[in-house]
Amino acid sequence: MSFLALIARNRLALGGLIVMAVVILLALLTPLLPLAEPNITDTSNRFVRPFSEGAPLGTDHLGRDLLSRLMWGTRLSLAVGFAAALVAATLGAAIGIIAGYYGGRTDNIIMRGVDMLMAFPYILLALAIVAALGPGLVNALIAVAAVNIPFFARNIRGITVSIAHKEFVDAARLSGMSDARIILTEILPNVIPVIVVAMSTTIGWMILETAGLSFLGLGSQPPVADLGSMLGEARSALITNPHTSIVPGMMILVIVMAINLLGDGVRDALDPRLKSGALNRPLPATLVARDRTPAPQTQEGILALSELQTQFHVKDRVYRAVGGVSLAVKPGECLGIIGESGSGKSVTALSVMGLVASPPGLITNGSVWLDGEDLVGAPYATLRSLRGRKVAYIFQDPQATLHPLYRVGDQLIEAISSHRSISREEGRRKAIELLEAVRIPNAPARVNDYPHEMSGGMRQRVGIAMALANDPEVIIADEPTTALDVTVQAQILSLLDDLRRERGLAIIFITHDFGVVGQLCDRVAVMYAGRIVEQGPTRAILDAPRHPYTARLMACVPELGGGRRRLEAIPGLPPAVDRLPEGCAFAPRCDRARPDCTQGDIAFDADNARAVRCLYPVDQREAAQ
Amino acid sequence: MGRYILRRLLSAIPVLLGISVIVFAIMALIPGDPALAILGSFATPDNVAALNEDLGLDKPLIQQYFIWLGNMLQGDFGRSFALNRPVLDEVLERFNATLVLAGTSFVICSILGIIAGTVSAANQYGFADKAITFVVLLGISIPSFFLGMMMILIFAVNLRWFPASGMWPIYGTRDIWALLDHLAMPAFALSVVATGVIARLARSAMLEVLRQDFIRTARAKGVSERGVVWRHALRAAMVSIIPVLGIQAGFVLSGAVYIEVVFQWPGIGRMLVDAILRRDLLLVQGGVVIVAACYVFFNIVVDVAQSLLDPRIKT
Ligand code: SF4
Repeated sequence: MSFLALIARNRLALGGLIVMAVVILLALLTPLLPLAEPNITDTSNRFVRPFSEGAPLGTDHLGRDLLSRLMWGTRLSLAVGFAAALVAATLGAAIGIIAGYYGGRTDNIIMRGVDMLMAFPYILLALAIVAALGPGLVNALIAVAAVNIPFFARNIRGITVSIAHKEFVDAARLSGMSDARIILTEILPNVIPVIVVAMSTTIGWMILETAGLSFLGLGSQPPVADLGSMLGEARSALITNPHTSIVPGMMILVIVMAINLLGDGVRDALDPRLKSGALNRPLPATLVARDRTPAPQTQEGILALSELQTQFHVKDRVYRAVGGVSLAVKPGECLGIIGESGSGKSVTALSVMGLVASPPGLITNGSVWLDGEDLVGAPYATLRSLRGRKVAYIFQDPQATLHPLYRVGDQLIEAISSHRSISREEGRRKAIELLEAVRIPNAPARVNDYPHEMSGGMRQRVGIAMALANDPEVIIADEPTTALDVTVQAQILSLLDDLRRERGLAIIFITHDFGVVGQLCDRVAVMYAGRIVEQGPTRAILDAPRHPYTARLMACVPELGGGRRRLEAIPGLPPAVDRLPEGCAFAPRCDRARPDCTQGDIAFDADNARAVRCLYPVDQREAAQ
Repeated sequence: MGRYILRRLLSAIPVLLGISVIVFAIMALIPGDPALAILGSFATPDNVAALNEDLGLDKPLIQQYFIWLGNMLQGDFGRSFALNRPVLDEVLERFNATLVLAGTSFVICSILGIIAGTVSAANQYGFADKAITFVVLLGISIPSFFLGMMMILIFAVNLRWFPASGMWPIYGTRDIWALLDHLAMPAFALSVVATGVIARLARSAMLEVLRQDFIRTARAKGVSERGVVWRHALRAAMVSIIPVLGIQAGFVLSGAVYIEVVFQWPGIGRMLVDAILRRDLLLVQGGVVIVAACYVFFNIVVDVAQSLLDPRIKT
């Protein structure tokens, strides 16, 4: 039911379904309709034009009624196409199930054979079969079915292999069921949907191919005609009487197109990724809601976020990933943003330069001030020219964030050449300099490496070098050390620390690790469920956390790089950002919670250097204990 | 790299053997007296006797197969009695014409398909995407032989832009322009279906890649959107597009059968159809084996191209 509903929602697929239904119905009714005899020749009435009296579609070169021949031909073509699909699906599925179920040598031998068959150019194999069996519609059907068997066999085998080792099959085997019964009662029912989908996607091909063989004169033999042989016979009169060609040709086109539309609809309806929007392409810059209210810059700094809100709109649900964040960073300063995964810290960072994947991302409110200019809603060209030049990013997991197919040197050069033209030699020299700046040994050789040829730590250094390429003023580092082991982590941190001192960089450092924050950051903002819950100088927060969440977060992490698991030590999970509770989002996990915590918003003075979003903060004495 | 190519070449041997077994097996299906069937109506009793001796048709099948294989390896594919010339000569001559046609089509469908798919993905759900998706659907639904006929009707008969058939002008010089003039329509008609298939695949491969982290990195660097799509995303998507190009090459090669018939192109496809209708089975057999073998080698070329494109593949 829901499946049919899905198809119905896809208007094109529905159109295909309706066309197919009409064509099939007409084909079934053909013998009952008051049509002229399709094979009676009447040479005195050759090539009558369409729309004439008594011959709505005209007549062919032997004076036969084209409408009647078209209907009978359609009937035959459909029958042959469906029959071929059915034969191919049945035999292919049987072979696939046997190979997949028995596995081992049986599987090996069968699949080798299948691979061999697939090594043939398709139609050639069909031709060879027709050559051996001789021209004729049944032989064409056999040939088309035969060349499609490997396709089904391979698909069905894959599914069968995955089913054959499930518990219910093992259970059936242990209970003494015979293989044949297991296949029929346990495997087959699970495989049939796959067979149906495979058929729906190939049946169009099969109708085309049988029509093709008939067109070549190798399929249906005169006087009986399917659509292909009608077209084949009409070919000699193509120039003088094109209607005899156009009529059957258009019919094939309509049928195959309707089937393809339907097949696409079936495929889309079954693809979960389409439903979830996981196949959406992110736009060059995050979308900004039209009704956004910009917020004035209230904090001092080269980069300042004011009341920033970013949401994800997936279907009818709204995820408030960033729920009004204000923060700022000054040149030479390092601001840490800390929180569990899902707290919105990465989305906050990506929102700055419009890098949140969109759709589904949407900046709904607030502003991002860079040098007094609001980047939210700025034209794409402005954003692009600032990206990497004024504000650069360092991402987590450089395995995935560097392009796998370009040499690291070229990727570095590209970072520069995106903003100013640079010669090849100069670029190469600059790339080597950058690699040396991030202390990569043997830089002149390393520029020619591909990312997969480097270690994780080296790749992360490349990521940092890339961020430095244009001497940016702000660097946003999104968990740059999470994927690395402890020693490398420490090296990278001290490297960043040196760089900001030498170059006066402003750094926003995103992490979930208090140890890292203590090493590098001057100030810290703690995020929970999309909002800042506490902020202040690093020392002050480390010495006396005031928000219960901060206190708990710290209690779990005594030292640098203790691994990722510790945050689970806080009982409960962070709230899903599409269902934020009233009042304090932390209340369900907070052991200090009181009834008034969940009544209305809790105030937070973002412009105050030391602030906490809590009604009953931890006080100094308690913290000391 | 050299060793990789060698390894791929060696791995083709069992595939080629498999192909020969399949072709042999298909021919063994022929009902009745095989020698008579193979020689067709042109055979004299002498021919039949000679062939029986040649192929050892009275011997067991296995032995027959090895005789046939041995002959092929020595370049002896038998004789077409209808044409009265060695199969190999005829096939090679015809194969040239097919290669020109299929090769051109392959280039067209690769370029057009990749561009269309990329543009489509880069403008997902936009106007260009919808327009391309519709044209692609039309392209993969229209029978190439019907398309070819309509093109002849419109561009050759009505507009007189291109000649309706053949590979060369009947009179006049046989230079490259004459060839291109004759090639344009059949090459395009042949490439349409494959273009559609490649465009679809390229679109989904691009959509897959555009969501990857390294695309975000490129954007964060300030790479222009054109660079992001064509340099970063397409380059990565090519890794999954190239194997499909290999498969499509097979479709183009065998789809040439229809186009050659429609446009009277003197290629191997038309030769095969004529040979089947004449029951000239040795010619069919030889033609199929040779084309299939070429296709196997082409796939090796594709694999090598793939390994050049993706440095992560160990060669
Ligand atoms: S406001 Fe209440 S529930 Fe929230 S953290 Fe403070 S004490 Fe806990």
